[in-house]
Amino acid sequence: MSIKTVNIPTPSLTGFTLPINAAAGALLGYLVGTAKHNPLPGVVLGALFAAALAFVLIRFAPSRAAGRIAGAVITGVLGAVLSGVAGLVFGGIVGLVLSWLAYWLHSSDYRASVPVYATKGDVLWHNTFRLICGLIFFFLIAPIVVVIPLSFNAEDFFTFTPAMLALDPEGYSLKHYQDFLTNPDWLRPLKNSFIIAPFATIISVSLGTLAAIGLSQSHVPGRRAIMAVLISPMIVPLIISATGMFFFYSRLGVFLEDTLHFSKDLSGYIKVILAHAVLGIPFVIITVTATLVGFDRSLTRAAANMGAGPVRTFFKVQMPLILPGVISGGLFAFITSFDEVVVVLFVGSAVQKTLPWQMFIGLREQISPTILAVATILVAISIALLATLEMLRRRSERLRGMSPT
Amino acid sequence: MSETTHSGPMLAADGMPLKRSLARALRRQKLRALALVAPLLIFVLLTFVTPIVSMLWRSVENQIVPETLPNTIVALQNWDPTAGELPGEDVYAAFATDLVAAVDAKIHTKLGTRLNYEMPGISSLFRSTGRDVKKWNLETDGPFKEKFIESDKDWGDIDVWKTFKRYSGNYTSGYFLNAVDMENTATGVQLRPEDQRIYATLFIRTMWMSLLITGSCLLLGYPVAWILANLRASTANVLMILVLLPFWTSLLVRTSAWKVLLQQQGVINDLLVWVGLVDDGNRLVMINNQFGTIIAMTHILLPFMILPLYSVMKTVPPSYLRAAKSLGATNWTAFWRVYFPQSVPGIGAGSILVFILAIGYYITPELVGGTQGVFISNRIAFHISTSLNWGLAAALGTILLAAVLLLYYVYDKIVGIDNVKLG
Repeated sequence: MSIKTVNIPTPSLTGFTLPINAAAGALLGYLVGTAKHNPLPGVVLGALFAAALAFVLIRFAPSRAAGRIAGAVITGVLGAVLSGVAGLVFGGIVGLVLSWLAYWLHSSDYRASVPVYATKGDVLWHNTFRLICGLIFFFLIAPIVVVIPLSFNAEDFFTFTPAMLALDPEGYSLKHYQDFLTNPDWLRPLKNSFIIAPFATIISVSLGTLAAIGLSQSHVPGRRAIMAVLISPMIVPLIISATGMFFFYSRLGVFLEDTLHFSKDLSGYIKVILAHAVLGIPFVIITVTATLVGFDRSLTRAAANMGAGPVRTFFKVQMPLILPGVISGGLFAFITSFDEVVVVLFVGSAVQKTLPWQMFIGLREQISPTILAVATILVAISIALLATLEMLRRRSERLRGMSPT
Repeated sequence: MSETTHSGPMLAADGMPLKRSLARALRRQKLRALALVAPLLIFVLLTFVTPIVSMLWRSVENQIVPETLPNTIVALQNWDPTAGELPGEDVYAAFATDLVAAVDAKIHTKLGTRLNYEMPGISSLFRSTGRDVKKWNLETDGPFKEKFIESDKDWGDIDVWKTFKRYSGNYTSGYFLNAVDMENTATGVQLRPEDQRIYATLFIRTMWMSLLITGSCLLLGYPVAWILANLRASTANVLMILVLLPFWTSLLVRTSAWKVLLQQQGVINDLLVWVGLVDDGNRLVMINNQFGTIIAMTHILLPFMILPLYSVMKTVPPSYLRAAKSLGATNWTAFWRVYFPQSVPGIGAGSILVFILAIGYYITPELVGGTQGVFISNRIAFHISTSLNWGLAAALGTILLAAVLLLYYVYDKIVGIDNVKLG
């Protein structure tokens, strides 16, 4: 808000900021107390400490930044006294949280994003709502984040060991990664995934892009019906696609082996690649069609006007402009194949075992912590993909911004 | 040159009537578009639609019976099963001929397996008699009625022959009846005995749990979509990453994360024990039951709810809410009467999408569902890979497919299939 003529009174220190901070401190103190098997003193001491910290920071700290650092340092040192390195780190975090809370409450920041006329109830609801949303975001992201530290576990456990919680280097190791990178049970599936996914992607991107260009023309007979058929692999549940493919592709395999004399392995790969390619097609169609909606047709006409043939026009004018859509469609197709397990389970044989398949077996039968290392690597890959997509989206927006509409 | 006035149709530059010239250009355009679409359309038809159709066909196909027992089927046509008498010697003789041929071709056990789905016990009957038949001489060893009953007294059971007669056609409704817990008995189509009805329970459970998952996705997704749509664009973009990262992360990674979190010796139980909410002796059982399936699938499908909701809420002008409030509406009235109705299309789109995805889920229920949290798709997979009753798997799949296509149709009516957005 640029106009701030209404003065919001500074909240009362003793009637508002200190009690709330004390409550937060009591909660954190309860956790610390539980860890030390003394919950009740923890609650009392936590509340007193948080209130005192807030009072000191608000009254005596010269600036907000200085106050926050001071809060973190004081609590960190206290934590270190209680339980070493881990205490230092966790204490520092607790200090940051408490000092942030104190300033946030005292400087009326908590009502900065509500209109000035909002009642107390409104403000309370507004902040409760934000807290709820924060918890939902936590629910979304926490399971994925938790896997990452657990994959460095030195023990074969699926939970945080005391050594890990104490931030003891002994508690961490790379042994699960080492297992992943040396064990043929994992290396072969990794290789298979990197054989199958690129081929499937190439097929779905090349055919899909052509079809999307065809579908975006102004006169296509039976457009809706064609679209429905092309999108159907995404809508039909995987288990049904897999059931249908199981029957049909076994006959295709017999044909490939007996009539065309392909080796059993090769025909197996062909079957899986074809199955994955068709599953990736809807994603290519959807993303490329979406890009083509913003494509300015007069550009192709201008190119034709200047003497370029249709092929030249396509590669020199149309392709560079729709490239972001094509690439993101390709990424979708790649991840669809790379992540797919139901169809390959039914269509492939043990030779074509992919990474998700191996993970599926690992999770169902003998769960080994190596899965967490694989999971962490896959999370890293998806972060990279997400970043690429975001860049492509921005590029596409920029290009579209330049083209006349 | 003298000016001529055209009285006929308007002409194009090459002297052809303009109408025809335009029609030709349009036709050429249509053909070009079709030529671009054709390779992919053929590819999808061959590699996807054909397999699905072949599955539909397999769910009613019964050719193994008439192909293996051609003579017996003809002979059985004159037999009246309601009379309560065993068929005559001609049927047994024809059956002996068929069985000898089947044993030679080593397909009699397949037939036994097929008929065993309709009447348990037939499979072993075929296997044991198949061994005896090898020693028989079709020319001299009559009469066969006694020989069969001597080989196994069950050949004197009238129900076996009734089953043969009932399943003698090229097509059967047997698999579908089976899939809805019914059977075609001597007294007509009826429900199976209470203790054998499993599919109705599974279908109902699949629907009910998918509904629960859709509901919890909506409950969690609505506030998040709201806050994303109402924050400043820069903040919303950052928070959007928290929605998109799970969306892009491998399904198996997320499932294994939940397995790690929910185990009895897992992170959540450890945390609850540490805080003192749960006693170390009786840790919560949160996995291998319905709770595990619901919470893991809610997490996995939540982005599919948030994204459509967000794209709809983005189009609702925030000034409407302010206008409602300035006209005297309370917060609740303003939300419920002004904002909520405008977000209903997003709720519809997201809910149907999540529901469609949920009822066909296989991996997550299989890994965290135990026995109580599995879906109909797990049963299909079981019939494909373990019990090998492919006809029944195909019938179950067909029913599921019909349900999904119905929902798909509704989705198309509400959202339009062209409007599906990703990421």
